[in-house]
Amino acid sequence: MKFIVSILVTAILAYSLGLVLPWWSIAIAGFSSGLLIAQKRFFSFLSSFLAVFLTWGIIAFFISQSNDHILAHRISMLVMKNDNPIMLIVVTALIGGITSGFSSITGRSLAIILKKS
Amino acid sequence: MKYITFIFFLLISSALIFVLGTRNVLPLPLGEFLSVQEGVWQNATSVDASYDQNLQLEGLQGKTDVYFDERLVPHIFAEVENDAYFVQGYIHAKFRLWQMEFQTHAASGRVSEIVGEKAVDFDKTQRRMGMVFAAENALAEMEKDPTTKGAVDAYTAGVNSYIDKLQSSQLPIEYKLLGYKPEKWTNLKSALFTKQMTNNLAGFDKDFEFTNALKVLGEENFRILYSDLADSLYPVIPKGTIYEKPALAITAPESADSLYYKRKDTIQLAEDFKPNPSNGSNNWVLSGSRTKSGKPILSNDPHLGLTLPSIWYEIQIRTPDYNSYGVSFPGLPGVVIGFNDSIAFGFTNAGRDVKDYYQIKFKDDQRKEYWFNNEWKTSNQRIEQIKVKNQPVVLDTVSYTLFGPVIYDKSFKTTLSEDQSYALRWVAHDSSNILKMWLLLNKAKNYDDYRTAISYFNVPGQNMIFASKSGDIALWQQANFPLRWKDQGLFIMPGTDSSYMWKGYIPAEENPHSINPVQGYISSANQRAADSTYPYFIPGSYEVYRAITINRKLADMYNVTVDDMKALQNNNYNVFAEEARPILLQNVDRTLLSTEETKYLNLVESWNLMNDPKEKGTVGFIAWWDSLYTNVFKDELSQGKVPVVKPEKFVLLEALEKNSAFKFIDNINTPELETLTMQVTTALKQATKYLSNLEKENKIEWGVYKNTTVYHLLKTNAMPFARTGLLNGGGHGIINASQHDHGPSWRMVIEMTTPTNAYGIYPGGQDGNPGSRFYDNFIDTWTKGEYYKLWVMNDTDIQDKRVKWKMSFNSK
Repeated sequence: MKFIVSILVTAILAYSLGLVLPWWSIAIAGFSSGLLIAQKRFFSFLSSFLAVFLTWGIIAFFISQSNDHILAHRISMLVMKNDNPIMLIVVTALIGGITSGFSSITGRSLAIILKKS
Repeated sequence: MKYITFIFFLLISSALIFVLGTRNVLPLPLGEFLSVQEGVWQNATSVDASYDQNLQLEGLQGKTDVYFDERLVPHIFAEVENDAYFVQGYIHAKFRLWQMEFQTHAASGRVSEIVGEKAVDFDKTQRRMGMVFAAENALAEMEKDPTTKGAVDAYTAGVNSYIDKLQSSQLPIEYKLLGYKPEKWTNLKSALFTKQMTNNLAGFDKDFEFTNALKVLGEENFRILYSDLADSLYPVIPKGTIYEKPALAITAPESADSLYYKRKDTIQLAEDFKPNPSNGSNNWVLSGSRTKSGKPILSNDPHLGLTLPSIWYEIQIRTPDYNSYGVSFPGLPGVVIGFNDSIAFGFTNAGRDVKDYYQIKFKDDQRKEYWFNNEWKTSNQRIEQIKVKNQPVVLDTVSYTLFGPVIYDKSFKTTLSEDQSYALRWVAHDSSNILKMWLLLNKAKNYDDYRTAISYFNVPGQNMIFASKSGDIALWQQANFPLRWKDQGLFIMPGTDSSYMWKGYIPAEENPHSINPVQGYISSANQRAADSTYPYFIPGSYEVYRAITINRKLADMYNVTVDDMKALQNNNYNVFAEEARPILLQNVDRTLLSTEETKYLNLVESWNLMNDPKEKGTVGFIAWWDSLYTNVFKDELSQGKVPVVKPEKFVLLEALEKNSAFKFIDNINTPELETLTMQVTTALKQATKYLSNLEKENKIEWGVYKNTTVYHLLKTNAMPFARTGLLNGGGHGIINASQHDHGPSWRMVIEMTTPTNAYGIYPGGQDGNPGSRFYDNFIDTWTKGEYYKLWVMNDTDIQDKRVKWKMSFNSK
């Protein structure tokens, strides 16, 4: 249950902060949920990873879908030298997920220190 | 342990955010760049996107409605004329902002700011040729005129109105790629844009190369190789026209024999970034006597580098005073090539030389004082500060003399000696208000209005073609063309006194022109405007062959329709090859050829002389002729080991037609005397190797070989934004002037019926965003040589189903 809540909280936080802050606000989202939601470190990482992986992945997918992947074809060639819109969406999701996941595990680690002391 | 764990993960997280947010590790800050809320995904415009919008903006005086049709062409209906320019600025910015800024950054020598030190030499060249100086002079003149100032102020306000509200997530992709942000638009930037076009069209010269060639080859050979008067010239103003005695005449200074023609030194100078000499155009106009409808038909296709986003943006502007349609330049108010309810107008480049160099004698290497009319004069030094991305500012001191800025000296080009400093005299530096021409043309009603409009135009020299619904047709070659004594400006001139300075301009009324000629048509295609009977010396860079085909075709055309004109713009006939092929075929020694060489001989012999995409003969002919050309000239041209230019292609052709013992045929580096037969045969053997390799790679068909490509403005740095491999015909010297990355940047045919029957197309799309379906949607249609019907929308058409979206602009 906590795992699901953590995913939802991180996702909502990441999206809302993203409306006003630069891209690295997904790290704040991950860090905050890690700090506040008590889980094993690994689950903290995984929930935040999944939260932003899914948020970014789904948004990118729908944007790209409604764009007939015109942009993704060109940008995937530019960034990966490979004409593969789906791969670009996956890379986007992974970058978001990893950034948020590691921030979350950092937040959790801090929470453990604070709790013990 | 828990502290170490925390620090460990903190470091990983920080490292990730750092790496994904900087350009110093990976080439792109991937976190920022791919962020779904901030990065490029935001540029993926939905294919179903609506462009409807209601805007209340400061700076507007009345109401303006903009209707977008299914090709995203805006039809602007403004209650107040200047509001139309405001809205045009806003829309240009909305769809073409990055390009507008990049082009004007390039004009002013500010590319290093964006791409780093690799552009420093380019930036220095732009600044040293006085581009900003020229734009400032133009701006001062523009702002003196209330009409122009009002229009440009409104345009600038419109652009800035868009920029002010632009969120960083909505920045054009190129800003996200290169990592910078747009600055405010200014009137100066519009002036800079006109100077960039001027440089593209009137910035090509051969003065240094000619100076070297004269020294290395001697005067007799120079005259043979570098004449600009082809025997086959079909001038804009037909041969046999009687010219009045010139109003002005000047003679060469007495010192010319010793100081001008007999230089002691050659000039070791690599001039980079010269404009493409193929920048040019076709235009022609037929009077009603030649057309089926009985109304004039005007056609124009400007040949420029083909780019995405395109240099053109299609637009209709309707104000209480006028209703014009055509293409505009993102960066300028008004329609640049097009028509209104009364007239149509178009342009080709005059190609005249309006750019000369003077050798300056400086007192010392500070270049603060120079010798002029027996005294030391102080030069104005302008210190150029070139910002360089991730590097310190580069300073460059440019000395301005009475002639103009010193473009080349030892401080810039280290191959020059201390006494080799060259000032540039260029008509582009003169103050003028050329924008006023377009503002007036947009609302011109007849020939007299057109004449008044074009009188504001001083550079780059253009053949301004005109047709009216009342039935007039006309062409004026218009600009300020320097009054020259014979040979003045072919070579570098002495700059130590005033005797070699320009003494004025050719009176405008004596510029080549034609009004309602008996033959019923007028055309121009960058050829020399007049033959040698024109009473002024008019050197330049001219094209010979397109004009021949155009005139030959037009002479035989009656009952002409717009479809005939479209077909003519797409004509692929190679008239140069028609003349040159017999020389190859008659002089080749067929007994010396291998089977493979004979095969390519037959290919050329059986070719239909069309540069159609499937033709292999085109490539065969080009390979053979180019080899011959190189074999004939390379030995002589390389003997001085200094930069020279290649003679025009008509020079070799016409020399060989007259004399098979043309003196340059012999290779001066071999003991024996080469004959034309030997050279033509050797050339075929060389071509065979080349052609056989092409054939193995399946690249021998003309369209494949040529590989027509529309590059993004960032060229090879952004190939996924380019369109490559477009299979079309044409080529250099062909009416369809499509070369690899250069050619008809806008094709337009206008029949002056009521309503106007107009067609046009450019190889691009209305939206500069590579993430939009309107980015390149015209290209395939353009490649096929097809056109769009240009829809002149009326106020009664608001409910028409061609209207897809509406933007309303109201004053705040």
